[in-house]
Amino acid sequence: MTEVEYHPKHDLIREERFPHVWCPGCGLGIELQCYLNALEKSGIPQNNHVLVSGIGCTARIPGYANLDTYHTTHGRGLPFATGMKIANPDLKVTVISGDGDLFNIGGNHFIHAARRNMDLLVICSNNFNYGMTGGQHGSTTPPTSKSASTPYGNIEPTFNLPYIASALGASYVARWTVMHPRQLTKSIRTAMDVKGFAFIEVLSPCPPNFGKFNGFKDGFEEMEFYRKSSVVQNDAKLEDISIDPFHGKDIVLGDFVNRKRASYITLEHELIDRIRGGGQ
Amino acid sequence: MIKEPKISENQREIWREPLNFGRFAVPKGEIHIFPERCKECNYCTNYCPNQVLERSPEVNVYGYHPVRVREDKKDSCVACGMCQSICPDFAIFVKEVKIQ
Repeated sequence: MTEVEYHPKHDLIREERFPHVWCPGCGLGIELQCYLNALEKSGIPQNNHVLVSGIGCTARIPGYANLDTYHTTHGRGLPFATGMKIANPDLKVTVISGDGDLFNIGGNHFIHAARRNMDLLVICSNNFNYGMTGGQHGSTTPPTSKSASTPYGNIEPTFNLPYIASALGASYVARWTVMHPRQLTKSIRTAMDVKGFAFIEVLSPCPPNFGKFNGFKDGFEEMEFYRKSSVVQNDAKLEDISIDPFHGKDIVLGDFVNRKRASYITLEHELIDRIRGGGQ
Repeated sequence: MIKEPKISENQREIWREPLNFGRFAVPKGEIHIFPERCKECNYCTNYCPNQVLERSPEVNVYGYHPVRVREDKKDSCVACGMCQSICPDFAIFVKEVKIQ
């Protein structure tokens, strides 16, 4: 028993940095593992995968993946990734960031990346608040739920992220929780082959902030609440699936959209070929 | 080489036995744990379908009680891989043991 044991993901994670910074009960480690599982199955070489993030708890995921990873400024993961994809279309660029980074600070970048149908895979971890700064409410906080800045309950309506992505024309839209690891892995694997903008929303518990304010004892209790409120419904009407579990509404999960739409890189290359062909 | 499958107590009762049931052996797994990475989130102990894992009374260097395999359930792991795929800390993995 003297031989050294390695985790099966030893080659894909930076093991010297473990244990990681995330709190006990946080789902981000599961999200990282699902991404790495999908990466292994994708058949694309490890050197061609790039992971980009903004700022936040989720944005620390690239720090633990043994790939070419970039930790950019707040909300600017998508423009950074867009530039990288245009400069080198052979790369498989994934943006992994939180709801605060992608939809509050970087909301406009998201809108335009989805509108262009940029060839990116966006994995948005949604924990319903700003976790890193102490649990303030944001655009994804469900109605009447409590947070550090809404102690009497949130009065704002919430963003419905799959509906936004689908309305803007994303090629692939899905939503899972971290307690559906196999479905999430399959979804990320499918999205890696999609030409165009792929968006996956991942619901993850935030035990010391959102969980604590809303009466969950620990991460497991919060996770179990989300898991029990979830329903898988792939053909759901996207306008009806906003998240409101505290009023008995089911959290609808599934692979909602998978459509073919000309992606930015395809159109760009067609244009280049046409101009070059016509000029000679 | 056809073996009778062993059904442990905690496994669900098979109410209609398939005709070729005896031809399939129940897989067996071996659990490996890195105690120094465990953060006591209780996911694996609660979501393991056979309740193979439990908190150990010892503490690791960060003050958490890492998981361990229950003494009475040592042979109950069926290598489903659930604990590995839901461990946020990469602290546990399962290897399937070849059954002769």
